[in-house]
Amino acid sequence: MNPKLTRRRFIKGVIASGAAAASTSLWYSVSGQNRPAGSVERLLSINVNGQVRRVDVSPQETLAHTLRYKLGLTGTKLGCNRGECGSCTVLADDVNIYACSTLTHEVKNKAVLTVEGLRAADGTLHPVQAAFIEELSPQCGFCTSGQIMSAVALLNTNPRPTREEARQALSGNLCRCGAYDHYLNGVMRASGQLS
Amino acid sequence: MSSHDVMPDMGLYQPVTVEDAAGIARQFSTRGWLVGGGQDTYGWLKDRAKRPEVLIDLKGIESMRGIRETADGIEIGALVTLTELTTNSLITGRYSLLAEAAGRVASPQIRNVGTIAGNVAQDVRCWYYRRGLNCYRAGGNLCYADTPEGMNREHALFNASRCVAVTASDTGPALVALEAQMVIHNGSSERVVSAENFFVGPNIDITHTTVLRPGEILTAVRIPAKWANAEFYFEKVADRNVWDFALVSISAAMRVNNGVIEESRLVAGAVEATPRRLDRIEQAIRGKARNQQTADEVAALAIQGARPLNFNHFKMPLLENLVNRAVRGHA
Ligand code: FES
Ligand code: FES
Repeated sequence: MNPKLTRRRFIKGVIASGAAAASTSLWYSVSGQNRPAGSVERLLSINVNGQVRRVDVSPQETLAHTLRYKLGLTGTKLGCNRGECGSCTVLADDVNIYACSTLTHEVKNKAVLTVEGLRAADGTLHPVQAAFIEELSPQCGFCTSGQIMSAVALLNTNPRPTREEARQALSGNLCRCGAYDHYLNGVMRASGQLS
Repeated sequence: MSSHDVMPDMGLYQPVTVEDAAGIARQFSTRGWLVGGGQDTYGWLKDRAKRPEVLIDLKGIESMRGIRETADGIEIGALVTLTELTTNSLITGRYSLLAEAAGRVASPQIRNVGTIAGNVAQDVRCWYYRRGLNCYRAGGNLCYADTPEGMNREHALFNASRCVAVTASDTGPALVALEAQMVIHNGSSERVVSAENFFVGPNIDITHTTVLRPGEILTAVRIPAKWANAEFYFEKVADRNVWDFALVSISAAMRVNNGVIEESRLVAGAVEATPRRLDRIEQAIRGKARNQQTADEVAALAIQGARPLNFNHFKMPLLENLVNRAVRGHA
């Protein structure tokens, strides 16, 4: 595979070149026409990973779409785009939600946290990220950012969960590789219950 | 019909008062669509199976939030999430039946945004209908599920009338058992409907699952003190523990004195288009001891009048067994 043109580079390149708006309207036919008067303002300031980002958001746009294709935050994955897998999980005001099944306009007054916002300013990984690496939790990795975000939401409210509580908390995140127990090991390690 | 993975172009309104929301809803009528948590909404839109022109996001309406005590029980704002129902001490303390039912809906992320109003007002899950086929419920004149080859394992046992879909709600049966009242606002006046009358079957209105009409908003759910701290039983059987809708669920509230059942409400989910009140069971167990013998005597009454389809016969023993467990009081 040509290392210069991975999918991620392509998406980021499109966004960086300023072509996002044009290509978005081509692919997704966000024409802006036929919209009744009095509808929401498109230009939003949204708080993502502690930064206020100005972004043009169409009324029906999902948060996953804004994050990935407008803000270049491709760590949030789209698996099903139907609220049925969890790979798009992000936090809104510390609560884990499906970004594919949330309109960006619904979270304009909330603090959004994605997997990119977890590590400390000096680059230190979040304890959940470090523990998932230590426990070799991911297999292919596609579901991983969603699993991480659900685990972070859990540990924010319940710093020492039982394994069963962790299982419940991560039950809205499917793993096609079946690495569930490895993720649970990671949660137990991140909460200091494995050494 | 192909499945689209992105939202269609539409307008979005975010009113902050019930009056404004109802006004917008009235203005757009069937071209408008009320959104709470949106978890039943976006699939319809992404599939282009329903094509409203504007979304009316109700989440900015503060008066529809929160759980408060009233003179006779509690009032739950329509925007209260299913997660809040599982953690609020008034609910988990006095009405744990509702907390349990809410805790079995879908997945944690969906419960975090899904609202009590959305859970009761959600549409049926028949996949033929969801696929956008022009069936009875969609305004057409045939049912794809009730045919010799139709996949109807999840469909109705009772009171099907052309459409054989069942209610998908887990909290609906619990609210009927608790004799909840649904508060409906049309922008200028309010009407209150019992949970039992809130849901409507296809014999009455085949294109709606509730009495809500365009321009009307379910703003709150009231639960009377009558059933506070009663003995409750909830069980939901589904193919998967997460995400899945019930194959059959049972919600029961009972007043038991010295081991004798004085009064009860038993309601089954996912066996007809509305939550199904099991009044024959309620009458049969009144004044009886709450034990296995009583349960064995009455459970078969639950399936009297059932008319199974090709692939859902299994729901009859399933319903009977769940009623048996609810009456004796343990799994
Ligand atoms: S992509 Fe959002 S739940 Fe699957
Ligand atoms: S690690 Fe491959 S899907 Fe979970």
